[in-house]
Amino acid sequence: MVNVKPLKSDTASTERAHEADHPSSLVAQFGADKPLRLDCGIDLAPFQIAYQAYGQLNADRSNTILICHALTGDQHVANVHPVTGKPGWWETLVGSGKPIDTDRYFVVCANVVGGCMGSTGPSSTNPATGKLWGLDFPVITIPDMVRAQAMLLDHLGIEKLFAVVGGSMGGMQALQWTTAYPERVFSALAVACSTRHSAQNIAFHELGRQAVMADPDWRGGRYFEDDAHPRRGLGVARMAAHITYLSDAALHRKFGRRLQDREVPTFSFDADFEVESYLRHQGSSFVERFDANSYLYLTRAMDYFDIAADHDGVLAEAWRGTRTRFCVVSFTSDWLFPTSESRAVVHALNAGSARVSFAEIETDRGHDAFLLDVPEFIEISRAFLESAASAHGLTSASR
Amino acid sequence: MTIQDQAFKPTAVLPVTENGYRGDHLLVAQMVEPGSRVLDVGCGEGDLLRLLETRGVDGRGIELSREGVNHCVAKGLAVVQGDADTDLINYPDDAFDYVILSQTLQATRQPRVVLENLLRIGRSAIVSFPNFGHWKMRLQLLVKGQMPRTDNLPATWYDTPNIHFCTIKDFVQLCDEINVKMERAVALDLYGRPLRLNAPWWFWNMFGEQGVFLLTRRD
Repeated sequence: MVNVKPLKSDTASTERAHEADHPSSLVAQFGADKPLRLDCGIDLAPFQIAYQAYGQLNADRSNTILICHALTGDQHVANVHPVTGKPGWWETLVGSGKPIDTDRYFVVCANVVGGCMGSTGPSSTNPATGKLWGLDFPVITIPDMVRAQAMLLDHLGIEKLFAVVGGSMGGMQALQWTTAYPERVFSALAVACSTRHSAQNIAFHELGRQAVMADPDWRGGRYFEDDAHPRRGLGVARMAAHITYLSDAALHRKFGRRLQDREVPTFSFDADFEVESYLRHQGSSFVERFDANSYLYLTRAMDYFDIAADHDGVLAEAWRGTRTRFCVVSFTSDWLFPTSESRAVVHALNAGSARVSFAEIETDRGHDAFLLDVPEFIEISRAFLESAASAHGLTSASR
Repeated sequence: MTIQDQAFKPTAVLPVTENGYRGDHLLVAQMVEPGSRVLDVGCGEGDLLRLLETRGVDGRGIELSREGVNHCVAKGLAVVQGDADTDLINYPDDAFDYVILSQTLQATRQPRVVLENLLRIGRSAIVSFPNFGHWKMRLQLLVKGQMPRTDNLPATWYDTPNIHFCTIKDFVQLCDEINVKMERAVALDLYGRPLRLNAPWWFWNMFGEQGVFLLTRRD
């Protein structure tokens, strides 16, 4: 049975609003002299990037792993989340003794530009007006996010990454890193992702955005001026997205057709089924930690992503002569980023003579498998990073 | 559960020599120039790639089985999960110095197309396969009237990844047909040791347990 906790809506929303400008994590500020060049042609300045760092940078600055988060993730990859109080989103992979070993590597994870956890985005204050950006915020892309991350690394004095790692939208960023800054990336682990967003995925995102914008509380994107929040719209968007992150088998295993807190159906539109009340819970808890406008901007960024388009439609050209080591991982039951998409990436890498490994992990847990405790995936990640570390001359942690 | 716990089903179970390497692998490794670029098609658990790496070879692999790929990635090898029958087409011309097909030809759906692809992708190809013309095979079919099974090829006919067996003689004919030049040919006995080099073809076809061929394009 799913445990649905009552939400402390007011406090959570206030905390989230505070995090947008004053994150409880580290933050790098870039002044008017260091604008972020956006693909839409606008220079964003000043701006800030919120990030978390774990572990120690070694003497020759060669042990940095950059973790890129997924659509609704953030920089709190391996620590308790300041708004939800939940553990870090990738604790299966990141931590002491784990594949992304914080005793061995200097691990950096930044909130993407356009996000709502401290990096400049639509829920941040526009310094020019003193008001929140809202829809005045320029449209951003995955390459913009990566450009901002590169500026953060410059700011931290890190020239080369030992590895860039990410799943889903984070995997898109990892791949973008290897084509935009090949000389800065020694190895890349790209999980459950693709070099372009498929028409089906764009369609799901459009469904989510329309749900947000159809909510009367959205108010043309300026809901914050009336202290409103399009909860129902964003909740529905999250429910729809959440279904795409799972698989029929996983949903069936978890819930089947069981009823929630009752013996017989009520013959009404209450949440009779466990799966309904689970989705409602997913929707409403998401609303407390995420900003509706950020959701619009970040889904849009994924939709626009297409690495091949930047190389005259030939994906292999993106990696011609690359020296980066790649590991691409997909999951059998992922229908958002199916194995065929990963295979296309691998074919292009092979055509560019890249050193690439590829594995498809058998699981019924769907797209979300990359966030879950799937032993085979964790083993592969460990093995790939281990071998890359020894090739990079990184010795084991002295523990 | 770890990767190592999972069952892995190879196409053939071949004897290992004193130093821990398979006889055909040692022979193949000798045919590869140190420092060259190699693609091992059907690389299994990556044993040959590891042997080649000790010789300074830049090796890549393709393997059909998920378990095989996982074993390889765990060893730090660059191996891609894929199917020789469908995936070779995605590799550009002359991408590698050598393309190796070790004990995999008999498990492909279209051996001829695969062989042509090997020589398109690589400047040279090295192919090894079990010889179905070996006298033990012939004897089993003649005396028992059943599909032969040996220590090296223990699977039953209905439960085997091997679907296109051939003899050394068959293979030589195919090479001739698709205009491939045989640079070197070696037959190995049951223990993975090379047979007499100057023996006639019929002798190899009768007593060779495996054939190992170094091939190039005949221009």
